[in-house]
Amino acid sequence: MNYKYSKTRRTQLIDRLAYKVFYVIAILIVLILAALLIYILVTGLPHISWHFLTGKSKPFQAGGGIGIQLFNSFYLLILTMLISVPISLGAGIWLSEYAKKNRLTNLIRTTIEILSSLPSVVVGLFGFILFVLQFHLGFSLLSGALALTIFSLPLLTTNVENALQTVHFTQREAGLALGLSRIETVLKIVVPAALPNIVTGMILAAGRVFGEAAALIYTAGQSAPAINFSNWNIFDLSSFLSPFRPAETLAVHIWKVNSEGLIPDASSVSAGASAVLIIAVLLFNFIARYLSNRIYQHMTGVKS
Amino acid sequence: MDPIKESLLKTSRKAKQEKFGKLVTFLCILLIMVMVVAIILFVSLKGMATFVVNHVSPFDFFFGVNWNPSAKPPQVGALPMFLGSFIVTILAALIATPFAIGAATFMTEIAPRTGKKILQPVMELLVGIPSVVYGFVGLAVFVPITRHLFGGSGFGIFTATLVLFLMVLPTITSMTTDALNSVPRNYRESSLALGATQFQTIYKVVWRAATPGIMTAVVFGMSRAFGEALAVQMVIGNAALMPTSLTSPAATLTSILTMGIGNSVSGTLENNAIWSLALLLLLMSLVFNSLVRWIGKRSSLK
Repeated sequence: MNYKYSKTRRTQLIDRLAYKVFYVIAILIVLILAALLIYILVTGLPHISWHFLTGKSKPFQAGGGIGIQLFNSFYLLILTMLISVPISLGAGIWLSEYAKKNRLTNLIRTTIEILSSLPSVVVGLFGFILFVLQFHLGFSLLSGALALTIFSLPLLTTNVENALQTVHFTQREAGLALGLSRIETVLKIVVPAALPNIVTGMILAAGRVFGEAAALIYTAGQSAPAINFSNWNIFDLSSFLSPFRPAETLAVHIWKVNSEGLIPDASSVSAGASAVLIIAVLLFNFIARYLSNRIYQHMTGVKS
Repeated sequence: MDPIKESLLKTSRKAKQEKFGKLVTFLCILLIMVMVVAIILFVSLKGMATFVVNHVSPFDFFFGVNWNPSAKPPQVGALPMFLGSFIVTILAALIATPFAIGAATFMTEIAPRTGKKILQPVMELLVGIPSVVYGFVGLAVFVPITRHLFGGSGFGIFTATLVLFLMVLPTITSMTTDALNSVPRNYRESSLALGATQFQTIYKVVWRAATPGIMTAVVFGMSRAFGEALAVQMVIGNAALMPTSLTSPAATLTSILTMGIGNSVSGTLENNAIWSLALLLLLMSLVFNSLVRWIGKRSSLK
């Protein structure tokens, strides 16, 4: 009897202890993230000024800015999304609406999985031989955007497919019963219904694309030549809109400044740039959250 | 022919539309497939050149311990980088897994509400932080700390492990959370009804039922860690030597790749050897992928 009692007591003690351990782990992780964010913001924010955000970077001296890199990052993101959003929509629609349960579909899913697990350096290197060398695009925004498209396609496609899958099948039946073709049903009923999830996923993917560097160092290049913001001719290499100019992005800049160490204020430039990058990613995250909440409320009338 | 009959015999506008839509969406899929095949093909072709054109024996490549492709005679032993990649990956997974399982359990079993409200956004943010930022933090924080604690330069496997730990933690956690969530509720209820405490239920029932899912999560995290390039490259020191200690500079496949392609001329042995590293990386990614599939298949048979 006594033995039994002590054993129960022990298991109860273990139970309580384990409980605490789980709490400690959870708190530890939150603290790690907090420390990370605070460190980046505290070291980075003091360096951020209008001059830093808009100024030109300097290859060898201190005091350079990140203006061109920041613009390049956004422009590259827009180009990438322009290419990858339509493709991923099409691919996602096919997977969700047309794919039959057969070998071909299995093969396709496997391929997409493989693509999503490919290291981004490998994608970058592939972009380097195909777009930069074979297609003679050189180190350019376009090569970078194409490489990033490959990088983001599996992410976006899976997101579109999952979003479409959450739409109830009765919606499709209703569309078909009204005499719409399947593709019309999908485009006019299913996609709009799934739009909140699709948009959220796309913004999150945009955040990933924005911070990607490994796929870019050999496609979009590691130099940021001066650009002219009043030149609107996209075929002119000095124009800010030209997709054929080499374009170092913010993330690549951070890497380059740190690994080459040619400028004396590398650590403060990268601290500032990291802070900007983090703020951008946080913004992407919050916008995605806000939008999905808003659209959810709008569509269901439920306050979450 | 009367118009009704005619319209019945011809393909309708809707049917054409349908065909067109199906075709266009399938073309998108086809494009993705072509890309994957092209990537594998191109990298394989480039990577095989070392063995086919330069007649380096694969044995020397896989088991050689010296990497100096520009020397005469060139040495192209990839073992140091391969080991480097492997060690950082395994260590990072070893540290991250307990944390990930703990966090996932917290989110699903202990405090689902707080977990969802606080821990999940935290994980999403950790995923969102770009890898160069992790590299920068590693460089600015972990390297000096390591230098202070263990001496040496501070660059090395230990620092890289710490950085990778942060990077794979959210991946493993979110997948483990999914795995735990998919354990049926009645498993837990039966266990509790038999008089087990909550922790007994967790580690004797929930974890056990979710083991395949957790393993998938870990392998997935490892494949992330194995392929991570810039963050690792920034903190590992990039010395292509056989790793002798955790705190001396080492190299990974990805770190040599990022540095090497730009510094070598296309067509030379030096360049080809680097492409072989890329091929090795690609193959490893495929291996991780099949491992995930294998685990999935085995667990679905039960």
